[in-house]
Amino acid sequence: MSMLLEIKGLTRRFGGVTAVKDFDLAVAEGELVSLIGPNGAGKTTSFNLISGLDRPDAGTIVFGGQSIGGMAPEAIAALGLARTFQHGRVFGNLSVEDNVLVGAHTRLSAVRPRWPVIGPLGELALALLRPRAVKQEEQALRAETRDILALFGDRLIPRLDHPAYSLSYANRRRVEIARALALKPRILLLDEPTAGMNPTETGEMQALIAALKSSGLTILLIEHKLDMVMALSDRVCVLDNGAKIAEGAPQDVRRDPAVIEAYLGHSGIGQARPQPEPVA
Amino acid sequence: MSSFIDYTVNGLVIGNIYALLAVGLALIFGVSNLINFAHGSVYTIGAYIGWAAITFLHTPLPVTMAIVFVACALVGMAIERIGLRPLQGSARIAPLLATIGISFVLDQVVQLVFSASPRALPNDLPDWRIDIGGGSIGALDLLIAGVGVGAAALLFVFLRFTKLGFAVRATAQDREAALQMGVNVNAVNSTVFAIASALGGISGLLVGMYYNHIDPAMSFQATLKGIVAQVIGGVGNVPGAIVGSLLLGLIESYGIALLGTTYRNLFAFVLLILFLIWMPNGLFGGRSAPQSEPLTGAFIAPSKPLRLPRWALWAMTGAAFALPLVFGAPYLLQTLTNAWLAAMLALSLTLMAGTAGQISFGHAGLLAIGAYASALLTVDLNAPTWLTIPAAGLITSALGTLLIFPAFRLRGHTIAIATLAIGEVVSLVILNWESLTRGAMGVTGIPPLSIFGHEIYAPREVYWLCLAIVVALALVQTRLLTSHFGRTLRAIRDDDVAARSYGIRLDRYKALAFAFGGFGAGVSGAITAHLYSYINHQTFDSQVSLLALTMVILGGMGNVVGAILGAIVLAGLPELFRLTAEYRILIYGIVLLLLIRFRPQGLMGTL
Repeated sequence: MSMLLEIKGLTRRFGGVTAVKDFDLAVAEGELVSLIGPNGAGKTTSFNLISGLDRPDAGTIVFGGQSIGGMAPEAIAALGLARTFQHGRVFGNLSVEDNVLVGAHTRLSAVRPRWPVIGPLGELALALLRPRAVKQEEQALRAETRDILALFGDRLIPRLDHPAYSLSYANRRRVEIARALALKPRILLLDEPTAGMNPTETGEMQALIAALKSSGLTILLIEHKLDMVMALSDRVCVLDNGAKIAEGAPQDVRRDPAVIEAYLGHSGIGQARPQPEPVA
Repeated sequence: MSSFIDYTVNGLVIGNIYALLAVGLALIFGVSNLINFAHGSVYTIGAYIGWAAITFLHTPLPVTMAIVFVACALVGMAIERIGLRPLQGSARIAPLLATIGISFVLDQVVQLVFSASPRALPNDLPDWRIDIGGGSIGALDLLIAGVGVGAAALLFVFLRFTKLGFAVRATAQDREAALQMGVNVNAVNSTVFAIASALGGISGLLVGMYYNHIDPAMSFQATLKGIVAQVIGGVGNVPGAIVGSLLLGLIESYGIALLGTTYRNLFAFVLLILFLIWMPNGLFGGRSAPQSEPLTGAFIAPSKPLRLPRWALWAMTGAAFALPLVFGAPYLLQTLTNAWLAAMLALSLTLMAGTAGQISFGHAGLLAIGAYASALLTVDLNAPTWLTIPAAGLITSALGTLLIFPAFRLRGHTIAIATLAIGEVVSLVILNWESLTRGAMGVTGIPPLSIFGHEIYAPREVYWLCLAIVVALALVQTRLLTSHFGRTLRAIRDDDVAARSYGIRLDRYKALAFAFGGFGAGVSGAITAHLYSYINHQTFDSQVSLLALTMVILGGMGNVVGAILGAIVLAGLPELFRLTAEYRILIYGIVLLLLIRFRPQGLMGTL
């Protein structure tokens, strides 16, 4: 099996704290791997390191055969890596449609000619003059945006022109995922996609992620709702205090005493876990 | 050798004065995360209150200092209470802009009360000087050093050993946590403003005595020097501010010794830019380093923009073109021509500050580049103006983008400071590069506008030319905003981290925005030069930059129609009411304050 993403010895220290310690992980093409662990375990830090927002102190990250450790986030995105953010980072004053279109930025080609030196000025001129190729590209992306938004039923389509700041929390999370899909990613990093969602909404999101997975998309998922993790994951990787303490098939990980110890203290994982209160 | 000691003493004395300013700025930044642009105004007020006390009440020095201390503390508390406290929870840029508005108002009030002409500030200190190694130290030097060291020591004791001092430090570290622990954050803010302003006022008094000269225009430079000292020491860091001030004082003093007084400010601003870019946390910046900007959409006020129907916009444009046919009064046409020139600048600034979120406080620098480019091309090379004006636009576009490029990595407040410094540097380079720019003399005899040999002289023709350029720029800008380019710039403004994660190269798009905006600003400056026929390094000063910013905020950040409207209102109306310059700036200040408080999205709404 070819590995799409291979992380070895990843380490990141903040002052005296080691947020991620000698972390290894490999994700194969088409696989859905979940990253779980208590708060502060280093999950989001790992995402930041993989997506280039933070630089590792040690270790290598290879994505699609190319080493991306320490590369700029925009360059990593151009290679086909899309991520969402734990607390939601939509472009507040942009409409839902524009938010998703920004996601397709790396795919713009007609309007972003690869001319040496004068490329940026050419881009400005093309944005102004809009020859046919540019118009067609924009129209095609707009059509695609609608298709992506349709994945969320009628949650977002009626709000196409609404500015993102006016959306509910759950809808902002959906816009983020739609934006990530517009990049046509080779791998999708989802950071707690169901945070702040009620059980119905969580169910919808789970169905969507399952559909994305079955369409062949490779997904790395951070999630606290363990029922969902168990149902979706091919493999689960458990972090605690920055270090990996277990990895394997969901049913094996849930029985691992080290995981139970670290993650929940004593009770079983994925059983009789109280659902969080629905958030209005 | 003797002069070396004299320059050192002078540098340390000036450094001490800067320290009194910088410490206050650092304290304020610490508790409210705000660079207080009104600080220099309080310093000026301190100097004038001292002057009034000495002149009218014949107070001895200790009493004068006590009066200044108390009065400026009260001014500081008033600034906090009236100007800033109501803005809690609004967009992060709001308090910063409010302090600019406050400084406009305070400076103009001082000017209206005491007149703009400089005054002597006598001191009753004994006249002896102590000789050391060839140099000498006077009583005033010792007093300034004493006040500086004494204030630092008192501040240290206050912050370290008093309960209120604990509260200040707690608020500086984590405002929310302090609030939850029962710290009265408002009282802390008020106290800090009082202390900072009192020290600032004393600093103004001492400077006035040192140079035996005070004038209302001293405030802006004081604010800038305080900021430079702070950036050197680490923004928000009190001991750092003191060290930074002394270093700045010494560097300036030695620099003047080597190159002459016109270079004084150049050192300060170049130092500022270098530090911002290579050492943004300063020499001692650690914990209280500048914080990253907040997430999503907090930079500008979210709002529903007012969209005028297309036919209405075309009708208004038509009416504007037809106006000279109906009302031919040259005064009216010249006033509106000024409004169109301001509109070119506002269009440029609204793209950078509003659409791309890169607040620029140095926009007048672009005007100056454009003006000098066209003026020198016509005067020195006899090039025709129909060629030099577009050329000036392109030169401004290229040079402006090149100058700002290193500052692109900065965010939020720091880019505001950097652009301010870049604007000042442009003016100072013009002043000092005599072989090219004729230095302080300025450029005289700039020929009038002409197209293919036809001189455009009549107010009507100038009006039409400028209006046509505004309309063309507005159309191009609007079209760009509806393309992927506009979407990308707004994404960068709303959340640059998310934008980068989606493959947007920030530098490329910011540079393009500045390149396009620079063109319009350069053209505006060039036309102005030909209309004035004389320009110098002060024709386009920082006040022009801040006025342009007020126009942009009035119209609604990023709003093309709003920028033109803001220019008409702020450049046109005061002229039509024939207000004098002092009252005009007072009104700009008040407009800015009212807008920030009651309508942050401006007249037409942000886009």
